[in-house]
Amino acid sequence: MLETHDLGIRFGGLEALKNFNFKIQKGEIVGIVGPNGAGKTTVLNLISGVYSPTTGRIVFQDNEISGMRPHKITHLGISRTFQNIRLIPSLSVLENVMLGGALRVRESILDAMLMGPWVKKRREKWIQDAKTMLEYVGLKEILNMEAVSLPYGKQREVEIARAIATRSRLLLLDEPAAGMSKMEKQNLVTLVRKLRDDMGMTIIIIEHDIKLVLELVDRVAVLDFGEKIADGEPNDVKSDPMVIKAYLGVKE
Amino acid sequence: MAFTENVSKLMNKYNWGLLVVWFIIPLFLKNWSYGLHILIMVAVYVLLTQSLNVVLGLAGQLHLGHAANFGIGAYISGLLMVDAGFSFWATLPLAFIGAGLVGLVVGLPTLRGVGGDYLGIVTLGFGEITRIFLINWDSVTRGPMGLPGIPAPVLFGYSFSSKIPYFYLITIMALATWFLLERLTNSKTGLQFMAVRTDENCAQVLGINTGLVKMSAFGISAAFAGLAGAFYASYFSFISPDSFMFVDSLAVICMLIVGGKGNMVGCVLGALLLGIAPELFRFLGDYRMLIYGVLLTVMVIHRPLGIWGLDKRRLNKIAIIR
Repeated sequence: MLETHDLGIRFGGLEALKNFNFKIQKGEIVGIVGPNGAGKTTVLNLISGVYSPTTGRIVFQDNEISGMRPHKITHLGISRTFQNIRLIPSLSVLENVMLGGALRVRESILDAMLMGPWVKKRREKWIQDAKTMLEYVGLKEILNMEAVSLPYGKQREVEIARAIATRSRLLLLDEPAAGMSKMEKQNLVTLVRKLRDDMGMTIIIIEHDIKLVLELVDRVAVLDFGEKIADGEPNDVKSDPMVIKAYLGVKE
Repeated sequence: MAFTENVSKLMNKYNWGLLVVWFIIPLFLKNWSYGLHILIMVAVYVLLTQSLNVVLGLAGQLHLGHAANFGIGAYISGLLMVDAGFSFWATLPLAFIGAGLVGLVVGLPTLRGVGGDYLGIVTLGFGEITRIFLINWDSVTRGPMGLPGIPAPVLFGYSFSSKIPYFYLITIMALATWFLLERLTNSKTGLQFMAVRTDENCAQVLGINTGLVKMSAFGISAAFAGLAGAFYASYFSFISPDSFMFVDSLAVICMLIVGGKGNMVGCVLGALLLGIAPELFRFLGDYRMLIYGVLLTVMVIHRPLGIWGLDKRRLNKIAIIR
């Protein structure tokens, strides 16, 4: 579904990512882990188009997307959440999720001002879709609350609902469990599995909670200093000496 | 919060009442044409503040040359009426479209990522260029002497030449604009504006073509300001480049900030307050400006969102999506 070839990016003198070769099949849940500053979020920023790669290319469903602008990439079917939650304040929970679904809604400025029956019909469907997404992630009673006034864990769920409301095929989750309680983490695991099993989504997840990652993913890639040092099934990666070295250091 | 919720409930309950009061006032001001003049100007300011709100309040793009959009509309309408003999009503769509197109052009730099302070300078430049253009293109605009003799609107043989009929005309116009822009705020485009204002990066990742969205904000804002300009021209029957200066842009920005960015009700409050207050305190002479400055400073420090700002958006009765 998604492939990267020799992907790399350089910020001035810093090579944040180099020779990153990675492949994900449809319906897979893949984790990307690594110590702080290893380049995990950089990978997501490259895939979602926030950064343009200095070298290499990214291919998504036979479309070359490297260097494409973010909104075009989203239209092709990739959505993401952010490490630091980025909901729109002053908009309600429902409106935030509707914003995700907006790219599938045809409503011009003139339509909005005329509000003819055809506009109302489309808008009803739009609202209904957003509600369905919210219900899907387990939120339904708080539609009208201001999104940013919710507790941290709930905000994460709203962000996920907003991302899947774009009807994407590939979902990129950037540290979705950060700041979540044990219960919320368990819900997250269930939700991510559900997204894959029911909706057939493909998911890339970046996470610091190694236990959660190993429990959830089919495959995990390990990054260290911008280089991929391991890629494989969780159990194999766990015992990889390179990975242990990156995480724990070695005895001198 | 409880207090403001109560206020908004009251306002929602009695909004028709408030409107009726506004419609009745002129009957008591019959012989006081200065008072009527202030109210008409307040209605013009409502139009201007609400149109500026689209670009500055909703889409969050600093626009320091809004008076130029207003001026372009006024000149298009005025010149067509005086030189080409158009009727007022025929010039309205032309002022709307003409000012809107110029607005789109002003929005172009945002496509190249010009924002924040830099955009402020670009729009400030636009305001000044427009004014200088109006002064120097004297073969068409009559230059600094201004354009006199703009006729009043005539509808079915009835001329809106005196103040009371004009008051009702401009009130209806302001209400219509309010209605349309409120719908725009609570639409797909409105949501996209607000996303672009808070977090452009996030907006892009949600599939929003941020450049296009910002440009359309500039276009719509300018178009409605152009409409306000047309009304202003036919009301005064005389316009000159001096009426569309940087201080006028600034005055509208102040109204928006005091009233509340991003909220149509806030725009009305700001225009009312800053439209009437300077006249009430006229006896203070130049100390008025001091009060004005203090008021703004206090507002920005203690209530940066304005009296009725974005945080009250969902309390508005007319909000379509809550």
